[in-house]
Amino acid sequence: MTDQPPKMAVTFKINGKAQALMLDTRTTLLDALRDHVGLMGTKKGCDHGQCGACTVLVNGTRINSCLSLAVMHEGDAVTTIEGLGTPEDLHPMQAAFVKHDGFQCGYCTPGQICSAVAVLEEIKAGIPSHVQGDVSGTPEMTVLEMRERMSGNICRCGAYSNIAEAMAEVAGVRIAETHEAKMRDGEVRA
Amino acid sequence: MKAFTYERAKTPAAAAAAVAGHKGGKFIAGGTNLLDLMKLEIETPTHLVDVQDLGLDKIEETAEGGLRIGTLVSNTALAADARVRRDYGVLTRAIVAGASGQLRNKATTGGNLLQRTRCPYFYDTNQACNKRKPGSGCAAIGGFSRQLGVIGTSDACIATHPSDMAIALRVLDAAVETVDASGATRSVPIGEFHRLPGDTPHVENVLQRGELITSVTLPKPLGGRHFYHKVRDRASYAFALVSVAAVLNEDGSGRVAFGGVAPKPWRVEAADAKMRSGASAVARTAFADARPTHENAFKVTLAERTLAAVMQENRA
Repeated sequence: MTDQPPKMAVTFKINGKAQALMLDTRTTLLDALRDHVGLMGTKKGCDHGQCGACTVLVNGTRINSCLSLAVMHEGDAVTTIEGLGTPEDLHPMQAAFVKHDGFQCGYCTPGQICSAVAVLEEIKAGIPSHVQGDVSGTPEMTVLEMRERMSGNICRCGAYSNIAEAMAEVAGVRIAETHEAKMRDGEVRA
Repeated sequence: MKAFTYERAKTPAAAAAAVAGHKGGKFIAGGTNLLDLMKLEIETPTHLVDVQDLGLDKIEETAEGGLRIGTLVSNTALAADARVRRDYGVLTRAIVAGASGQLRNKATTGGNLLQRTRCPYFYDTNQACNKRKPGSGCAAIGGFSRQLGVIGTSDACIATHPSDMAIALRVLDAAVETVDASGATRSVPIGEFHRLPGDTPHVENVLQRGELITSVTLPKPLGGRHFYHKVRDRASYAFALVSVAAVLNEDGSGRVAFGGVAPKPWRVEAADAKMRSGASAVARTAFADARPTHENAFKVTLAERTLAAVMQENRA
């Protein structure tokens, strides 16, 4: 085949900075971030939306960047792990992950942190969840809610309990009063 | 992934015309399932028509007292809508029982109905699959079939429809509204939208080439108590082995649709009529024509027991 694959121009804001790219239409948002903008924080895990390592915020909403075409994001504002905080000025969620050892190998961590930041906002916004008792009401800021909403982020090192502690700290929730108490009271099913 | 050209349509009819006018044309909305399948070259569109600018992202009240859900309303936005949470709880419950937060943020109402099966033999391009490659056979029959269908299947295909949302829409008697390239519109009852496989399992619904879903409408609220119970291999982010969407009244009457068991949301109105006679009477009617494999025969029993649990909760 001598034809070149179709390319298109796309302009979006990545971490507040305008980026104008000319991309093969097949380029995912994930590959655009890593291979064209040079932001290596966002990770490619499964590349099929199953692991959550590629999670970024688009216009404030978390999505799997591997399952989105870059050209579909004309005019969008994308926030990656690099845009949340810097080594000198960590986002509170980044600081909490460090404090609570919310990772081991670290590969899933950028996606975990982007997702965790969005999860707290989703609970505050009243987005319902599977573990909510009454969906016509307002979800509570509990570790049970956070765990359910983080199920799209896989950590094969198994840092889940420390991730939950990090999130609880940022949310101002005491774990002992929520998840463990509910386990004891039989409200959490195995 | 195969190369493709891309455009953003400005009106629903223009989008329909753009797909109808391109051999290999396809709509893209959230893309969460289509891009997954394009990476595997199971889907190989040569032209993508992005429908995100069509303004079909609102939930409006209908003159009949129901809701019209724009096709581009995200799964998250639909589940979170105050009217849906209050009057159509089964729909919110079904949506939040499916996928992950990230996927629900991107996946759309119309796209959810059009998602393809997660049958592993459909996904594995080295396997025979009549749905992926018509006439190639079905490696799932006689293969690992624990997750697959028990009713409505055929000798050509035993795949299930993977949607949770659609099971709730079926129990609510929703309708799918469409437009074609000529601008003509029609409304298809959800029960008639998906096709059974027969000997053409690659034809999964009644949409014609270039026909675009514009909205899904809900009739006026049914009242009753709303349930969506999903049984799966882990507590979150897994497809259903069996799910039960039910709207039950205080006297035990009501309606039920089953997920995870068939190529389409499985509802048998004659079974609804047996609701007050108990779960086993309902299941006997709903699954009278079941043809499970030796690996998934448990689904018929599980469906009955899941319904029994829902009925018990309704009495409590």
